[in-house]
Amino acid sequence: MATLIETISKGRKVESHRPWPRFTVDAGTWNAVAARLADGQATLAGLWGADDDVHMAVVDAADKALAVVSLDCPQGTFPSVGRVHPPAIRLERAIADLFGLLPEDAPDVRPWLDHGRWGVRHLLGRRVDVADAPVDYPFLGAEGESLHQIPVGPVHAGIIEPGHFRFTANGETVVRLEERLGYVHKGIEALAAGADIAHAAKLAGRTSGDSTVAYTLAYARAVEAALSVAVTPRAVWLRALMAELERLANHFGDVGAVCNDAAFTLAHAHFGILRESVLRVADDCFGHRLMRDCVVPGGVAIGLDDEGAASIRVLVAELGRRFPALVELYDNTASVKDRTFGTGVLSQALARQFGAGGFVGRASGRDVDARRWPGYPPYDELEFKVPVLSTGDVNARVWVRIQEIDQSLSLIGQILDRLPAGAARVEVPRGSGEGLGLVEGFRGDILVWVRLGGGRVERCHLRDPSWFQWPLLEAVIEGNIVADFPLCNKSFNCSYSGHDL
Amino acid sequence: MRKILFESLVTDPLTERPPSPDDAAIAELAAAVDRAARRRLGRSLAIREVDAGSCNGCELEIHALNNAFYDLERFGIRFVASPRHADVLLVTGPVTKNMREALERTYRATPDPKWVVAVGDCAVDGGIFAGSYACVGGVAAAVPVDLRIRGCPPTPTAILKGLLALLDASAAKNPERSSKAGR
Ligand code: SF4
Repeated sequence: MATLIETISKGRKVESHRPWPRFTVDAGTWNAVAARLADGQATLAGLWGADDDVHMAVVDAADKALAVVSLDCPQGTFPSVGRVHPPAIRLERAIADLFGLLPEDAPDVRPWLDHGRWGVRHLLGRRVDVADAPVDYPFLGAEGESLHQIPVGPVHAGIIEPGHFRFTANGETVVRLEERLGYVHKGIEALAAGADIAHAAKLAGRTSGDSTVAYTLAYARAVEAALSVAVTPRAVWLRALMAELERLANHFGDVGAVCNDAAFTLAHAHFGILRESVLRVADDCFGHRLMRDCVVPGGVAIGLDDEGAASIRVLVAELGRRFPALVELYDNTASVKDRTFGTGVLSQALARQFGAGGFVGRASGRDVDARRWPGYPPYDELEFKVPVLSTGDVNARVWVRIQEIDQSLSLIGQILDRLPAGAARVEVPRGSGEGLGLVEGFRGDILVWVRLGGGRVERCHLRDPSWFQWPLLEAVIEGNIVADFPLCNKSFNCSYSGHDL
Repeated sequence: MRKILFESLVTDPLTERPPSPDDAAIAELAAAVDRAARRRLGRSLAIREVDAGSCNGCELEIHALNNAFYDLERFGIRFVASPRHADVLLVTGPVTKNMREALERTYRATPDPKWVVAVGDCAVDGGIFAGSYACVGGVAAAVPVDLRIRGCPPTPTAILKGLLALLDASAAKNPERSSKAGR
């Protein structure tokens, strides 16, 4: 059996694409790649449009290769991948909405991001002006006796992002959940098209506010790959330092929030204190609590003096002292464990099929982490474990995050020990090319693809890890009670903004 | 758990001293509060947060208001789940076209007197997303806004200052206010 690379190298290699290869293929090869995805020999890492083309990023299981496959769609259609591989369905619906490129024989042709409110359709491709009118959106049916529906959202009861959940329940038990997203679609990719490289970096950093470091890093790496820019060692290490601080802050906040949704407010309060202490140190050292706009193409826009480094060391020591007691608190409180154990189980098969990244995938047996593979510096020089569990319930997702907190604390210590001196930013030349960046945010792998021309962004695609996690939330809630939904949802903590773009 | 609870008893609270309310915010509010000055509010505000397309950065900092450092509830300000229970709508995001109707309906569901606070650069004027085909471009384009808090995202302290100004401005205009229960 041919490997992925052998299969796609029948196509034409695009020389300006870095660091992983891109091939323009014909419909036959496109379908052959879709078939590999369908039999589980490969994992879908992204599917997006650009002008009149569709592109698919694929990770091959056997030869551990990452490649992009592209297909020209002069007729405005392409063979649906979602027809054989369900994880592609929503991505194809988004391509249809934004580009007007239609997946042939697609299993679901309802619009996804387009709610009929834009006054325009297919803005990034085959543009048509239309009147503003809400689209009719038929939800999927569920049949059986005594079923009732519970519509929730887009405005939710808590301080969370908007989206619509349609539950069909039998008494307390959820029979089907269907998500409808797209409410926070801001048109980020259209704003980035034509923008200069620095401005698009700001947009990337506002795709999902909680992952601003990871997004700017993925974007910067894509731009640097496209233009063959080598950043300085100091920049590489400072980026990793901020990325780990971001991971810590999010893990603390979310583990606390899961406890809160299980009505354990004491733990919530204490985890909230740890999160806040990370943000305050970030603010002192880098001038922004969330470290926004600190990573830029060419390096970092911030410095770190000895005093700053020392304050991070104090922080790490303090967190290392306080965290174990909270873990014990979580682990020894029966009323919380009663809620998190066996709740919202994600099967390993589904996690694998969807290529779920982050703690969602790792709690269901997927041994993946973009820091390790495909990997990027400085993680090849650092020691860390990638925790993997197999039970796939709320508790497993919490535990993976608890263990990742330990790893990030250790990583930050190692980074500070070895932080190289020197310049932290280099000039980014005006140039052209295509680049792909893949970075492990706290939620999972973020993929950014750019096509640059003459110092400007022609096209930038940002793929949040949530694309491959949201659909799984629908699966895990089935058979659980409605009252456990907030807990399941929080244990996933998918990004609405990152997904809706 | 006992150890953690005991430690909390013997250590000082982490809670910060309240920031002084923002002067610019007070001026902006004086006008808004005029309208409702005859109403009795009490030194208490119930807030309904509405994300109208934010990147979620603003939500993170609004959440932080509830942590032990800022402890919003000590000022009588609290978040409520329904607009029907709210005095204030705290709105974030550039108001995406897909969220506009939901925001307008939330506004209509909020009883008078009510105030709308636009939190974050996006909510103030669309911020970096201004001009997008998918955004209305700021909260004021959808519903009337009484107070603007800038920042991307504004720090919890900045949001707190704004909210305290909201309380103070209404108190100054209406010295004999009593509790909201009589409303
Ligand atoms: S103001 Fe900044 S943090 Fe707030 S929603 Fe807008 S981009 Fe995000």
